[in-house]
Amino acid sequence: MNKNRNVGIIGVGQSEFSSHREDVNQPEMIHEAVVEALNHAGMTIDDVDCIVHGNMELFEMIHQPDLWHVLGSGAYGKETMRVTTGGTTGATLCCAADHLVASGLHDVVLAIGFEKLQEGHTTGGITNMADPLWARQLQTGALTGMTAEQMINEFGEDRAKRASMKYRIMMDRHAMKNHKAHRRFDLQWDQAEDLMVNSPALVGELRMIHMCSQSDGACVMIFASEEKAKQFCKQPAWMKDHITVHREECFHIFGDAPVLMSHRYAAEKLFERNGVKDPKKEIDVFEMYDPSSWWGLDWLREFLLFDGDEHLKMVENDEIAIDGEFPINPSGGVIASNPIGATAMVRVAEAALQIMEDAGEHQVPKTVNQAMASGFGGTMWTVLFLMTRDIPW
Amino acid sequence: MARRVGICAVAQTTVEHDKWYERFQGMALEVLEKLREQVAVEFSRHTGKAGIDMSINVSDDVFDARTISDNGMTDVLGAHFGCEEKVAQEGIQAIYYGLAAIQSGHCDQVLIIGHCKESQPKSRNMVSHMAFDPFFTRPVGLDFCAAAGLQAQAYAEKTGITDEQLAKVVVRARENAAKNPYTPEIEPVSAETVMQSEMLADPIRELHAYPVSDGAVGMVLAAEDIAKKMTDRPVWITGVGNCMDSFFFGDRDLASNFALRKAAEWAYKRAGINDPRGAFDLVEISDQYAYQHPMWMEGLGLCEEGKGGDWIDNEGPDKGRVNPSGGMLAGNPLILGGLFRAAEAALQLREDAGNHQIDDVKKALAHGVMGPAGQFHSVVTLERG
Repeated sequence: MNKNRNVGIIGVGQSEFSSHREDVNQPEMIHEAVVEALNHAGMTIDDVDCIVHGNMELFEMIHQPDLWHVLGSGAYGKETMRVTTGGTTGATLCCAADHLVASGLHDVVLAIGFEKLQEGHTTGGITNMADPLWARQLQTGALTGMTAEQMINEFGEDRAKRASMKYRIMMDRHAMKNHKAHRRFDLQWDQAEDLMVNSPALVGELRMIHMCSQSDGACVMIFASEEKAKQFCKQPAWMKDHITVHREECFHIFGDAPVLMSHRYAAEKLFERNGVKDPKKEIDVFEMYDPSSWWGLDWLREFLLFDGDEHLKMVENDEIAIDGEFPINPSGGVIASNPIGATAMVRVAEAALQIMEDAGEHQVPKTVNQAMASGFGGTMWTVLFLMTRDIPW
Repeated sequence: MARRVGICAVAQTTVEHDKWYERFQGMALEVLEKLREQVAVEFSRHTGKAGIDMSINVSDDVFDARTISDNGMTDVLGAHFGCEEKVAQEGIQAIYYGLAAIQSGHCDQVLIIGHCKESQPKSRNMVSHMAFDPFFTRPVGLDFCAAAGLQAQAYAEKTGITDEQLAKVVVRARENAAKNPYTPEIEPVSAETVMQSEMLADPIRELHAYPVSDGAVGMVLAAEDIAKKMTDRPVWITGVGNCMDSFFFGDRDLASNFALRKAAEWAYKRAGINDPRGAFDLVEISDQYAYQHPMWMEGLGLCEEGKGGDWIDNEGPDKGRVNPSGGMLAGNPLILGGLFRAAEAALQLREDAGNHQIDDVKKALAHGVMGPAGQFHSVVTLERG
């Protein structure tokens, strides 16, 4: 790839994430995040050339909601684009904003991801994505016990369950440091035994406590050309590269055939083309789209290209803690806050905040030279980003 | 200066009121196969071979009644272990996105396929009704057709356009459509029949409205050096522009063409066009309703402001070479209007339009519109390679 010009992230805004934002309607909720992002970047809406917008329409049943949302998005009289790709939407919006700035079409692009899951039925909405003839009977929203089952088979029941619960409690400890996060339970380590047994089971060993939330919220990011980024921001988070990997709809029809994860494939390609030899050493923080503590734990192995139990050891040895060697989700991650159309963007935004040293209480206690963020959606779709402190191209 | 981007191949299905015999994947596959007959569409980029770097689907969750409506399209888009995106807006915006992705340097080749079956919902007005906010405008019962009626009233008041003039637009569109092999169901009509057709949203009559449509359309975009190798007849994208107006009708001047003027201004600026009059040999506009045909031409600066009626009487549409395909009045799904228009413009520029080919098309404009009373417009300018 020969990138046309550099793109820097210079502003991040997030609404308050919560299960019920009855105090605001959709444009108002978006407006909260737009204002915060503009303030963060030190600019006004007049400095913005283009707005990109996305969510999943069937959750709220608003058709082409960017039309109504112009009341809060700042898109009036501007160029706009709307892209949606399910759970990866927020990440796709970041790719789109990066393309629009890098191409030279625009100098400043504001990207908006949002969802107000309170206004619809999340699991019903997700189930509706499956093919009505071949797959919908089998779909249970985003709930699946398969990964828990596989990990228990591979690593033994006790070790697998303890590791996933440790991952869960650690994410909650992180969320406690992030005042925007939706679910902040203040879980204590000694609750692990109890939760492993008594948290209500959803599917097999996937329990309520393992699973991500259904949240209302909006995330906004401002992307700028190198010139504008330097003008407005002391330390932008530079977009180094990103890759999008989708896979076919009906993967289950292949029965027990080994499934190459789109996460692993994306990581391999992205590391290869950016010369990342040892991701664990070269990446300083990773914001992962972790819909459950089983998936987060399992996917760590895929993203870091491990084959054995290194990922379990990383959790067991506290390496993924905010002050560990390889911090994961200092924000608390998706398990804490999940307004779906915004969720993947929050990963990119939080990784950027770490580079910008603007993460506040949940800032990792080291210099972040390179950060990684992932989006997840659809039928095992991945969007993976690398962002840097130094200008990459 | 970013590199040029060319349209290397275009394909479409026929547009019919109910393609009950095909799922949307089937329509898309027909488009893909037609594209592959024209250029090499290579999906094995992961093997190191050059190929499609990004596939863009244009579709709509509500029309498809599927969350993530592109989910069922991964196979047809060749996106297995590849990059797939969905533009959930006016279809012409896929060109805007594809252009940006290629000019950014991130991608070299982009495949676009849009699909929609308006026959699936009980009424497409039910779908566009859902575009209104649930608090103030939805309870009034608005949909895009009713909104267009209000705009048509405002436009008629401003310009004095008559029922006879609107009938002429429809008669001409249907005459043109009769020559277009992709609109097989559209029959010519007389002006009297148009003026006697049922009133939908005064002054919009049934024959003033685009027909319920099922269909798919696609194209292959590539960076200049690759485009030249792919085809000896690339169509260069010279300018793009789009703009969003405000939402509540009370905040808007419905007859002002605010968003279209800005969209056109930006597209012309990027294309280096100072005066649009005479700049295009072909114009393909998304005229969902007859009144929009002259109104959008005013907004594009291709017809004198407020003179749309006279323009129709003075054979402006023929002189201006507007919609030889029949335009949107001959049918295409709402969300794909602009993408179909751009595909038609590319066909004309490549001299592949067959029966409805017009002479000497070197520069063209394609237009798409979305939202109530033209809240959002998008314009693309094209040039023969």
